[in-house]
Order: sequence, then structure tokens, then C-alpha cells
Amino acid sequence: MSENLGTFIKNVCHKYKKDKTRLMDIACEVQEQFGCVSGKAMDLIAGEISIHRVEVENLVSFYAFLSKEPKGKIVIRLCNDIIDELNGAEEVAKAFSEELGIKVGQTTADGKITLEYTPCIGMCDQAPAAMVNDVIVTNLNSDKARKIAHSIKKHGDPSKLSAPLGDGNNANELVLSMVNNNIRQKGEVIFARHEQGAGLTKALSLSPVEVIRDIKTARLRGRGGAGFPTGMKWEFARQATGTNRYVICNADEGEPGTFKDRVILTECPDLMFEGMTIAGYAIGSETGILYLRGEYAYLRAFLEKILSNRRKNGMLGKDVGGKKGFNFDIRIQMGAGAYICGEETALISSCEGLRGDPKTRPPFPAQKGYLASPTTVNNVETFCCVARILDKGAPWFTEIGSQGSPSTKLLSVSGDCKKPGVYEVPFGIKVSDLLKMVGAEDTAAVQVGGPSGQMIGPADFKRTICYDDLATGGSIMIFNSTRDVLRIASKFMEFFVEESCGYCTPCRTGNVLLKERLDRIIAGKGEPSDLDYLQELGESVKVSSRCGMGQTSPNPVLSTLKNFRGQYEKLTKRSKDGLMQSFDIKAAIADAEAIAGRPSEKFSLNS
Amino acid sequence: MSDNITFTIDGVEVKARHGETIIEAADRAGIYIPRLCYMKDLIPHGSCRVCTVMVNGRPQAACTQPVVQGIVVENNTPAMQKHRRNLIDMLFVEGNHFCMFCEKSGNCELQAMAYRFGIPAPKYPYMFPDKDIDASHPDIFIDRNRCILCGRCVSASRDVDGKTAFEFAGRGPHKKIAVNAEANLGDTNAEASDKAMSVCPVGALMKKRIGFAVPIGSRKYDTKPIGSEIESSTRK
Amino acid sequence: MDKPKVATTSLAGCFGCHMSILDIDDRILKLIELVDFDKSPVDDIKNFTGQCAIGIIEGGCCNEENVHVLQEFRKHCNILIACGDCATMGGIPAMRNNIPLKECIDEAYKNSPSVYNPKNITPNDKELPLLLNKVYPCQEVVKIDYFLPGCPPSADTIWQALVALLNNKPLDLPYKLIKYD
Ligand SMILES: Cc1cc2nc3c(=O)[nH]c(=O)nc-3n(C[C@H](O)[C@H](O)[C@H](O)COP(=O)(O)O)c2cc1C
Ligand code: SF4
Ligand code: SF4
Ligand code: FES
Ligand code: FES
Repeated sequence: MSENLGTFIKNVCHKYKKDKTRLMDIACEVQEQFGCVSGKAMDLIAGEISIHRVEVENLVSFYAFLSKEPKGKIVIRLCNDIIDELNGAEEVAKAFSEELGIKVGQTTADGKITLEYTPCIGMCDQAPAAMVNDVIVTNLNSDKARKIAHSIKKHGDPSKLSAPLGDGNNANELVLSMVNNNIRQKGEVIFARHEQGAGLTKALSLSPVEVIRDIKTARLRGRGGAGFPTGMKWEFARQATGTNRYVICNADEGEPGTFKDRVILTECPDLMFEGMTIAGYAIGSETGILYLRGEYAYLRAFLEKILSNRRKNGMLGKDVGGKKGFNFDIRIQMGAGAYICGEETALISSCEGLRGDPKTRPPFPAQKGYLASPTTVNNVETFCCVARILDKGAPWFTEIGSQGSPSTKLLSVSGDCKKPGVYEVPFGIKVSDLLKMVGAEDTAAVQVGGPSGQMIGPADFKRTICYDDLATGGSIMIFNSTRDVLRIASKFMEFFVEESCGYCTPCRTGNVLLKERLDRIIAGKGEPSDLDYLQELGESVKVSSRCGMGQTSPNPVLSTLKNFRGQYEKLTKRSKDGLMQSFDIKAAIADAEAIAGRPSEKFSLNS
Repeated sequence: MSDNITFTIDGVEVKARHGETIIEAADRAGIYIPRLCYMKDLIPHGSCRVCTVMVNGRPQAACTQPVVQGIVVENNTPAMQKHRRNLIDMLFVEGNHFCMFCEKSGNCELQAMAYRFGIPAPKYPYMFPDKDIDASHPDIFIDRNRCILCGRCVSASRDVDGKTAFEFAGRGPHKKIAVNAEANLGDTNAEASDKAMSVCPVGALMKKRIGFAVPIGSRKYDTKPIGSEIESSTRK
Repeated sequence: MDKPKVATTSLAGCFGCHMSILDIDDRILKLIELVDFDKSPVDDIKNFTGQCAIGIIEGGCCNEENVHVLQEFRKHCNILIACGDCATMGGIPAMRNNIPLKECIDEAYKNSPSVYNPKNITPNDKELPLLLNKVYPCQEVVKIDYFLPGCPPSADTIWQALVALLNNKPLDLPYKLIKYD
């Protein structure tokens, strides 16, 4: 085994030319082969690529899909996002757990199967869902879960779990997945019929500066959440000094409730790659990277095939599209389970073979990004818009949508509605109209923009989805009046606690504290003063955090404090005698009562 | 290079050089911006966030933010001081700081910062996390109960000592300082004379057999608040 | 006019804070002029005789008795001061906080190398208060009005705090009096 390990690592490191910036890929391959990156493996890898062992540990210990401790050959990862929970994920977990004879978080005694929780895997419209290694299983219930566990125990082959196959390219021989696209509404930009390659051809007939001008005229803003003007970003990257430049497509799609990029990757990958190629042309880059979240590994072979077809057709490689001197190619970088890697500088760190810590800004990626070179990072949908703008022209693009937010937006709709799925809608759509469109009734709350966005109540349903009002990277989660808004907020805080990179104090610890106090209130043990406590703590975390994660992570608490204050007030009461309601004497002496074998004299009788 | 950039901190005009950070310029001007992870001559880590200031109305870490002509910096304002105090409170409750028997007490920058802010007790509940101690090295120990993840030892060992004896492991609340060996500092090439062993702001990375050498009353922060050395300095 | 009353107690502490109270030296004569002591080890009064102006708590809560006493103090004192690091953060006793209770008890009565316990008995008399699963700082059990850090807080700290609070003045400790050791 250990010789085996040595040879394997030698070969993998050789395959990546002993390039330490590919440590991510090396570690992923070792993990896949051996179920862990052991201490021994760390030593060997470090030796091969001439870094320190602790640097390997630094990376391995960061990503949820990598581990120093051995995991089963099969790892079942249950999505425990709120939407899954509302659809019965707990039952599913119980069924898996019983059938496998292990608790969530454990590995079977024979070391073959590991059962874990994972945050949103981008299947909220077909929840509960889970990953069995790379294979996605959706619409689970306890019966299905038992069957899956049973057959995995028998044949150990996840690929046999994919029947029935999903729609569209999900049934492609390189995908073969049961995932469904659920495209509910097609708009004029992304899901409209279009001529393949028209945008790129048009771009190559212009000068790079003219391409950027068109993107600026179209007033295209980033679709990944932050909404930065794309043309401006490209201009910065183009003008920055550096020999190499890079185009990175952000397909990390980690914001819970977002799955529209998954559908683009499945149905319009060429449009996206075309947009990346146009970006390469515009900023003067020869290399593009598609950063694909580990959860979407099932799409990898398919996407590789699309890339190789594009190479064959001269749409990638040397003299792209017949344009002399324009060389551009794209590689895929796999992620390994870390929401923070969607943040563009963390994503760059990850591409460089480092743990996904965000970088210090300035310098910004456009100045010094991937390998310290000018880099533009854009969202999957943004690149699709780019290709369409070049094809149909900026005026066409700005005519759709609202004044301040041109064009359409893909929304991933999930939760309490009849038709969850992906909707391409014009910017400026009213929340109430959207709710009608998706068949939502008795809606009490809508989470716009995922946990990092806002939880709004009916008073805000007349507001519109666009950059100037309710901005969203695409996530729309709907909750009806039977749902407990504060419990949902707590679930979101749990997500942020787990996903913080831990670099800066406020995000690492502030989120834990926010959750603690919120849970205290939910348990009916909060004081009215806890509301101010939460407000101040939340503001401190927002103001002082280092990156966009901590700057938005208090939003579940702050937006519910604002929009659902009554719920907090209902649950809190002043302690009249100055005793802390949160102190639970029964729980505090339970251990001692059990050890001593006698009840408390003081606290068992009189309370 | 000459001081050709001017900007203001709390209304006071400050001159700075191109390429300087706000904290560097402030230090030279005798204006103290509270900080914990920053240390002169090491690459700024920007993790504690105690140095957060408003720059033209937007929060930025003064230790990593470069000066720009004409910026308006807010430092010693009630709002910033409140956020800083909250950060200090967080650092205390996320670790186990038993100052009463800590060798660093009186010379500890975290403790001194709490003193400077007049904090009698943190407002957040103590987490009492389970952290470990590594005493395997003959001359050095790590007490992870006290580590504030400032990154100084990581940078010093990598960039000054050329050893990379330390790196971080884990993420989120589980993040911790790790050593370049399976488990023990004693199995690395770290030495007490390394730069890394003299940078820790708290009592987490310490040389053995030097604790409690200075009597109470004469320690670094017993009588003078942290930062007073900068505030009393005249412009260089 | 009746003098305001002060009560003090030592919970999971080492009596160091009480030593520090006595350390105010001759100022204790002045203190006696200003206040009467109610329940306190200083005068050995075991039960509250009435409502007190100020209660001073040394130590955190490591057992049910501590909780009971602390709750009594809250009920009988207008102002409650957590005095010393044990009261404010658990102190040395809280070093057990991430060790399971059973392990702590076994270590104390059975496993520790210095234990002589030939019959291997773990004391378990009804009179013995049950231990809590961890040591709780006072503010987690009752509302605390003021904190005096230090292990122990200096006599000057305690003195200044008492004088300020008895005169209805804000408690503004100078730099030299806020110490965690
Ligand atoms: C914590 C965090 C997670 C993010 N996740 C994503 C993501 O999954 N996909 C994405 O496109 N952008 C994500 N972003 C935004 C990116 O940092 C970046 O703004 C975006 O990729 C830029 O592309 P765009 O301008 O085309 O939107 C995230 C930001 C933060 C702070
Ligand atoms: S806010 Fe801080 S801890 Fe949170 S993810 Fe960003 S850098 Fe990491
Ligand atoms: S051991 Fe000390 S220097 Fe190193 S990260 Fe922790 S607090 Fe900083
Ligand atoms: S000193 Fe600037 S972030 Fe720590
Ligand atoms: S003085 Fe003890 S940890 Fe800082």
C-alpha cells in the first residue's frame, strides 16, 4: 500500500509537472484514490513538488472534500440545506443512517461507506438531494434512501444509481444523471435560440477595445451577485501591466438556493465558453480557467468534451476563429467543497493550489490576480450575456429589462411553490409577480439572494428584482406561513459558521456568537436586550470583516430583525428577578446526577 | 522618497509616501491606530481587523490599505472604537485566556489592548474551546489556547527564517496553527533563536524557561498603555 | 439613617479576592463607617438579614450550591459585582471546562498519582452539592452589574469601586486598576 502510495504520488506529481500551483489537483487525485491525504501522503507530495509538508496540510485541511483521516471508497453527502430540510431531508438521513448502521459523520466498520452532511449542492428544485461520490441523487425520500444504501452496499457502484435520467443534456452519455434542468421560463437572452459562435465571430471582427466598448455600452453588470460593471473590469485587466493575463469563469455556485449556473453548464456550455473566449480576446489573455465546484464534478467529462470539440473546430487553441495571433485555451479547475471559493480572490487562491483564503485587496484581481497577473473573474451567466451582446448588439441588450438594470436575469426558485426551477425573467420584475409565476401561495417570506441576501416579508413583495432594489445572484427561496423564519435564519448562520475561512476575527467568531444568541431567543430564553446585542454584533461583523462573506453573513439575523421583528419580540421576555433565563440548571447538573446516581437536593424538587 | 501624499486622519493632516499603508503613515505621524496582527517588517496579514478605519466612508484595514492623496480617514471615532472593542471581546471568548498564570501577562498585546479599551470583561459568552498545547520542543512551546491566529509566526518563519515551520490548518472556528511535522514542534527544525519565536503578540508561541522573569509593575504594559510609544513619538 | 449594607461570598474561588478586600488595610475602618456587612465570611453572617445595596461575588459557579447562593445574592442585592477573574471568566477552576465531568471526578479521587484511596471510594454524600457540567462565569447565571477583573483585583480596585458605587458615581477604573492577573 505505501509503495503503491509512493508510486501513485510520483506519477500524479509528474503528470502536473511537479507544479506546486496544481497542488489542488494533486491532492484531489490522491484523495479519490486512497480515500484520504494521509500524513505520509503529505510528506511524499511535499517532497515531490518541493514545498513544505505543512503547506500540503494547510490546503488539505481546508476543503470539505479532502481529509487527512481515511474516508470510505463511497462517500454519501446529504445536502442539509434548509430547502432540503423542509422537504424531508431528516427522514432521508435517518433512512441512510439506519440502513448503513452508522450515524451521519461516520464511516461503516468495513471502512467502505462514509455518510456526511454537506451544504447546498445546487439541487434545491429537486430536494432532498445527495451526492454519492460524484453521482447526484435527487427527489429523495426514505424509501429511495434505503434502496440506494442497500444497492451501494451490494455493488459499490454509484453510477448505477442514476435512473431515470434527467431531461436535456443530463441524459447525454457523458453526463448520465438523474438531475433535471427544470427550465420553467425561457427569456430572450440566455435560453433563447441563437446561432452558435455568432458572438465570437463578431468580436473577432472588432478590435479588443471595441469589444470592451460594446460591453460597456450594454451596461452589463456581473451576474454572480456583486454586480460590478463587466466592461470596466475588463478594461482594468487589459490596461494593467503584466505579461500574462487570465480569464476565470466562476462556476462555484455555492450560494444556497442558487442552481442556475448548473443549468447553463448543462444546456449552454458553448455559449459560456464563447463568452470566455471573447473575454480572452478583449483583455489580451491566452488562458482561461473554468472553476467548477466539486459538487458539479458529474458535469466535468461532458464539459471537457465540449472543450475538446471547440479545440477541434478551431474555437480554442491557436489562431482562434481564424484570427491570426489570437491564441486561447481553457482548462477546468475542480473545487473541493468550500463556499468561500466563490469569492473571486479565494477562487484565485484555490486555482493557484492554495487553501481558499481570500486575498488582501488591493491589489485587485484585475491588477494582480491569478499568479499575480491581471485577471478577470466573471460569473457563468455573465459570460453568456457577453456572447449574446456581441451577437445582437448593445442596444438590443439594453432594451430588455429595467432602466438601471438592462436585460434578463436567471433566477433559481425553490421552496414553497408549485413550480420550482430556473426562470429567465427581465430585470425589474416585481416579487409578487414572480410569486404568481412560480405558483407560490400563502407566502410569508422570501429569501432574495441566498443567505447572504435579504429575508423579506409581504410588505416588500411589491419591490422589484434588480441591482437598484433587491439584488440577487439568482437565489430565490420561498417560505409559506407554516415556516419558522427565525429557525431558517439560524440554519443560514450555521452555514456561515461552517463555511467561514476563519482568516479574520469577526467572521470566524462573530458568526458563532450571532448564532448562539439567535438560538437562545428561539429557545424562548432571550431577553429584549438581546435584540440590540444582535444588531450591534451583526454590524460589527459587517463593518470589520475582510471579504464579502463576513460583510454579508450577518444578513440572516439583521434582515429578520428588520423585517420580522415581531417574531423576535414574541419570543423574548424580561427576566424579572435578574436570573438569566438562558442558564439551564437542569442541563448543568444532569451529568452529575447521572454520575452520583441521585437527584439534586436543591433543584430537582422546587423547580 | 519624499512625503508627497497628504490625507487626513480624524481631521489631522498627515503626510505620507507613495506605497505606504495608512498604518505606516499614521505611526510616523504619531497617531496610533489600534492593531494586533500587524507587526513592522512582516507582511501585513490583515486578520485581526482591529485596525479597521473608515476611508472615505468605507471600512478598510489600515494595515493593508495603501494611502491615496486626499483620503479622509476616521480612526478614533465612537463607532470605530465600538467595533474594535467587539473584536477584542471576540478574541478573548474564542480562546482560553487564563491571564493569571500566563507567562506573557503584562507583556501581552491582546491583554494590553483590552486594558487600553478599559474592558473589565467581554460582553460575549466564553466558548471554552478545546485546544491543545505542544511542549515537545526542548526550548519552545505552543499553547493554542492563547493563539489569536495573527499569522506573525507563519510569516516570520517563512519570510525571515526561511523555514516554514508554521502554517494554518483547518478553517472557520476550527482554524489553528500547525507545525511542519506530523504533530510535534519538536520534530521540526524550529529553534528558539528564530525570528518566529519572538513575534507572537500573546502567550501562544513562547520560549521556555523565561516566563515571569520581569516582576509585576515593571512589565511592558503595567503602567503605560499599548500605543503610547507611538502617540508620544514626534514626527520622524 | 441606616447605613447601606454590603454582602460578600466566595463561590468557586480561592478566597484570594476576600484577602484582597482585607488588603484595603486601615481603609477598612472607613468602610465600616460607611456600610454594614450583611451575609459575608468577613463577619460570618450566614443568612441575609435584609436587602443589601451591594453584593460582591468571588468565584464562578462550579456546583449547584454556588448557583443557589448566587441566585440568592441576586435577589437580595441591588447591585451585584463580579469580583475577580473566577467570577468574571471562571478562572483556574474553569480549566476543567473541556474535560468531561466523570473524567475530572475520577482524576481527583482515583487516578491522580497523588491520590491515596485504597477503597476506591468517590464521595457521594447527600450533603455534597452536585458539580455542574462546567464552571460558569457569574454573568451566565444571573445578571451582573459590574465586573472587577484581576486574580485577585487589587485592594485599590475594590476600594475605588465600592466608594464610587456607594456614592452613586459611575465606576470608571483608571488604566492601572484594570488588570487580568
Ligand atoms: C462568499 C462569496 C461567495 C461567492 N460565490 C460566488 C459564486 O458562487 N459564483 C459567482 O459567480 N460569484 C460568487 N461571488 C462573487 C464573486 O466574488 C465575484 O464578484 C463574481 O464572480 C464576479 O463575477 P461577475 O462580475 O460576473 O458577477 C461570491 C462572493 C462572495 C463574497
Ligand atoms: S470574512 Fe474573513 S473569515 Fe470570513 S471568509 Fe472572509 S476573510 Fe474569511
Ligand atoms: S502562535 Fe502567536 S504568532 Fe502564531 S498565529 Fe498564533 S498568536 Fe500569532
Ligand atoms: S492590524 Fe490590521 S488587521 Fe490586524
Ligand atoms: S496575558 Fe495571558 S493570554 Fe494574554
